[in-house]
Amino acid sequence: MTSALPHTVDDVVTLLSDGDYVADRSLATALFLALELKRPLFLEGEAGVGKTEIAKVLSKTLGRDLIRLQCYEGLDVSSAVYEWNYARQMLEIKLAEASGETSRESLESHLFSERFLIERPILRALQPSASGGAPILLIDELDRTDEPFEAFLLEVLSDFQVTVPELGTITAPEPPIVVLTSNRTREIHDAIKRRCFYYWVDYPDAERELDILKVKAPNAPVDLSKQIVGFVQKIRSLDLFKQPGVAETIDWAQALTQLNQLSLDPQTINDTLGALLKYQDDIAKIRGSEAARILDEVNTELAKTAAA
Amino acid sequence: MSDDNTPSYAPNAYGASDGAMVDPAAMLRSIGKTETSAEGGRMAENIMHFARVLRQAGLPVGPGKVLQALNAVEAVGLGSRKDFYWALHAVFVNRRDQREIFDQAFHFFWRNPNLLEKMMGMLLPTLTQEEDPAPPPKEEMSRRVAEALAGEKQGEEEDQAGEADEEALEFDATLTFSREEILSDKDFEKMSSAELEQARAAIRRLTLPLRQLPTRRFQPHPAGRRVDMRATLRQAARSGGDLSMLKRRKRRRRPPPLVLMCDISGSMDRYARMLLHFMHALTNDRDRVHTFLFGTRLTNITRYLRYKDPDAAIDMVSQGVDDWSGGTRIGASLHDFNRDWSRRVLGQGAVCILITDGLDREGAQGVAEEMERLHKSCRRLIWLNPLLRYEAYEPKAAGARAIIRHVDEFRAVHNLSSLHQLAAALGQESAADKAQMAKWRRLAA
Repeated sequence: MTSALPHTVDDVVTLLSDGDYVADRSLATALFLALELKRPLFLEGEAGVGKTEIAKVLSKTLGRDLIRLQCYEGLDVSSAVYEWNYARQMLEIKLAEASGETSRESLESHLFSERFLIERPILRALQPSASGGAPILLIDELDRTDEPFEAFLLEVLSDFQVTVPELGTITAPEPPIVVLTSNRTREIHDAIKRRCFYYWVDYPDAERELDILKVKAPNAPVDLSKQIVGFVQKIRSLDLFKQPGVAETIDWAQALTQLNQLSLDPQTINDTLGALLKYQDDIAKIRGSEAARILDEVNTELAKTAAA
Repeated sequence: MSDDNTPSYAPNAYGASDGAMVDPAAMLRSIGKTETSAEGGRMAENIMHFARVLRQAGLPVGPGKVLQALNAVEAVGLGSRKDFYWALHAVFVNRRDQREIFDQAFHFFWRNPNLLEKMMGMLLPTLTQEEDPAPPPKEEMSRRVAEALAGEKQGEEEDQAGEADEEALEFDATLTFSREEILSDKDFEKMSSAELEQARAAIRRLTLPLRQLPTRRFQPHPAGRRVDMRATLRQAARSGGDLSMLKRRKRRRRPPPLVLMCDISGSMDRYARMLLHFMHALTNDRDRVHTFLFGTRLTNITRYLRYKDPDAAIDMVSQGVDDWSGGTRIGASLHDFNRDWSRRVLGQGAVCILITDGLDREGAQGVAEEMERLHKSCRRLIWLNPLLRYEAYEPKAAGARAIIRHVDEFRAVHNLSSLHQLAAALGQESAADKAQMAKWRRLAA
């Protein structure tokens, strides 16, 4: 069931929280603009801060189809937009031969008609979906593809149309809701960004991260969650190769809950650090005395706020 | 986070309004779509002025963005200053590092636009420290212009040019020609033209034929290994259904991205200038080149080197980098690179060239770890060392020892012929290189 698009920034905030997504008002504003003015939303940020999740939540709460295009190096038009159905085309040629069809023009226009077109994600996103309403097109990790594909996207993102040389231009009757994400492993060209609303998804602060844990790891004891958030926030200020994202925080909370931990202790941290940090150098840096020191700090601070 | 979500870099964001504050909400309420009052005009005008301020501060803001901003502000229909802020933010900000500039400009401008104009002079230097589009004023006449004006008659300088010509044949190990070469202020503008011409001509001829790598894209090719079905069928349709002629395609090849890192500390001083020309030539020879300099800290100079004119480029570099001829902190610089840049520039199988003599001020602290990380993040790591000009050089210094263990190739870079050898060697990967590397590692052990 398709629900109507939100009309104010407050509606967007409600919408996201309905989908269990705890968002800043700043993100809600950017998202609102994208929905209202029908422009793509470009989300950039470190891995694991919830960029892809936004598109999923939108799809769920708005009741629209989610069409996901995962980018990779060498992604080309035939796997992203459309492909001709060669087997059927060849069969068609044989049939034409058998029936004595000889006109070249009619064969050519016949072979390259919509009957033989296989839709790939982008072309599919330009058609109204079965559930009604324009679908949500998620172009994930755009930085993984290469410049030629970026250049191709320009037409899609500004006019919501694609041009098939043999057929002509296919325009979306209703523009899809487009969300692009990038981990910034390389700089995306300005021409793309210019067509979008931009938002940098940052790590959340302690209060918001705690809210996120309440929603995403509801079984974790409150005190444990507080310790986890305090610990993660401290770790993010250290000089690490890869700081833990929100996804890692949630993973860790769930792991600790599974282990029936009621609170953090240095030994447990050492044993489960792999859920939080993904590089051996980083783990070696934190494991042991450093982890114990940070935990001490966190506990002192928590005791202080509890007393206050 | 509380609803009063203020960015950490803006302590006074959305602060209590003072008397002079322009209330955007009030102004906006007066913009009806049909209304053409002076007030409504002023809002559009103000946004336009704001856009102009951002443009001066170095943000890429075109006229299209102004219209977009007007639409956005209208759409948000804001009752709050915060929504107004984030609406403009979504339009004008394109990159993470622009956020702070936007934030500063926003708070200056929307408090009182007139104040900003007055403060522009004070504000701009801090805003434009990253990107200053205005060319530096040419107050001194450059040596080359002076020479050009003076024509043929030269005393001392002619001697030098003569010397240079002689030396150009052998290209002395230091790569320098003039006597007063120990420039303390590093004003590259003042290279003599004879000197510059020699170096330039040599370096211009130099390309770095890195082995091209197959990509995942295809191009039509009569002897390709794959059948291009689309082209085949199109031809078949044209010839009335004749499928006998298969069209083929093959993988497109392109050179890998290149990352250059050059040491500019005191011990590398004599090479740094020539190497800058080398790096400039490489940067403009191909796409996907990233260039960094390091002494005590790491600086990304890719943008400066994009200037086609080597003089302009190198002039920008000398202004943008401030740790010339100081000490070396190889470990710390590599650490910065690994943390801040490696994921962004080494992403697509980059070849990395590290130019340093391996002499580290801090006793090679952290060099081994960071080299290991770097080696694991790139396709091929090449170390160029000017000290290799000495026959008996052995990588015994602590820094050199740490580096040699984690490189794929080790080469000299002290004169033109070594640059040429480098170019030739990068084209292929031979067994001889591997034996050579094994020898170096043994020496370092």
